[in-house]
Amino acid sequence: MTQISVRVDGAAYSDDVEPRTLLVHYLREQLGKVGTVVGCDTSNCGACTVHLDGEAVKSCTVLAVQADGSEVTTIEGIASNGTLHPMQKAFHEMHGLQCGFCTPGMIMASIDLVNDNPNPSDDEVREGIEGNLCRCTGYQNIVRAVQQAAAEMSGGSTASETLGAQA
Amino acid sequence: MIPAAFAYARPTTIDEALQAVASGGEDVKIMAGGQSLIPVMRLRLAAPETVVDLIKVAELRGVREEEDAIVIGAMTTHSDVLSDPLIARYAPLIAEATETVADRQVRHRGTFGGALAHADPAGDLPAVALALDAEFVIAGLAGRRTVPAAEFFVDYLTTALEEGELLVEIRVPKLHGTWGMHYEKFNRVAQAWSIVAVAALVRREGARIAEVRVGLTNMGPTPLRAAGVEAALVDVEATPEAVAAAAAHAAEGTTPSSDLNAQADYREHLAIVLTRRAVTVAAGL
Repeated sequence: MTQISVRVDGAAYSDDVEPRTLLVHYLREQLGKVGTVVGCDTSNCGACTVHLDGEAVKSCTVLAVQADGSEVTTIEGIASNGTLHPMQKAFHEMHGLQCGFCTPGMIMASIDLVNDNPNPSDDEVREGIEGNLCRCTGYQNIVRAVQQAAAEMSGGSTASETLGAQA
Repeated sequence: MIPAAFAYARPTTIDEALQAVASGGEDVKIMAGGQSLIPVMRLRLAAPETVVDLIKVAELRGVREEEDAIVIGAMTTHSDVLSDPLIARYAPLIAEATETVADRQVRHRGTFGGALAHADPAGDLPAVALALDAEFVIAGLAGRRTVPAAEFFVDYLTTALEEGELLVEIRVPKLHGTWGMHYEKFNRVAQAWSIVAVAALVRREGARIAEVRVGLTNMGPTPLRAAGVEAALVDVEATPEAVAAAAAHAAEGTTPSSDLNAQADYREHLAIVLTRRAVTVAAGL
């Protein structure tokens, strides 16, 4: 066992973990942060995406011991005082999901993308979330959601109003 | 899927890392970004006794400039490569190929040196390093040595790194003259490995192509230089016809594999087509 100290969604934790424990299993099983899901377990699908020191990573491909001394943000930590993060709100409003299983990872990857590129084009969104798979083929509305959120996050222009979600 | 149990060491200096590797037992794996190693450990294709994690070895990160080369620390992440001004200025081919590696999340963790030391024939960076005539600085307990790219890649997933050694940094010589570069990759879907890819560098002198270097990804167990193409493009007029005629030599001397993605003869065809495209772009035609 190795002791780690890590901040997750703003709270400090100190735990003993086996070196082989994957970050996603630590989050889910030791901290109960089940909002972060395991999709493929092969580093492909991106459903387990969280932010490690501000950068999106696949938490099935990081060891929990590697998060020692770091700040982890999961899907459970991005709303503030009951107000959804603009990316969560946009996925809701644009209906950027069908079954919802990929959504936590999609949202965390999309926030990371918009942090780097505040006004991504349609193609840039699609490339930016290439590490996240949606098996319901809901990509159209996901792209719309990311662009709406990007507009709101960068100061609230209305560039995405004309896009609209398909009813 | 959970990796088999292992002992974990997290050194903070190169010397500590070498000591940890030396004292780690029979089966030690050095972990860079872990984006290839953790997946194979999850599948238990690898079950090392000890993992030596380089993530906290700060001296292995970053890019610096020397008089005749830029020097890339082995633990510099793909994301850092993409935003590095020295790479953008002296070796934009590295950034262009790195942009095609996996996806954003993997590029945040995965490292330049890790990808090279892993030496997957379908990986994008080995052929780029080979085409750039990069040099590999390797540290061991007995000291350091430098290995040219042409000798670094030995076989499938096998490099000149000996047991107990560590890839420390990669020296990329500065190019002189007017060079164009391009990485042309063919893959099935986003984040898939290259079926075949071609790294091309072209030095122009006015209306002529003075010299060309071509690196091939996934045309054998190691990255290869397309020597026949290079020989056909020494001091020739820069025309699409000359490039196409030279590219026809791209598959000479290669030994591509057949797998679910492509048969060997299709890979040979791809090498020719992609070489023509890559050299055409790099030559500014």
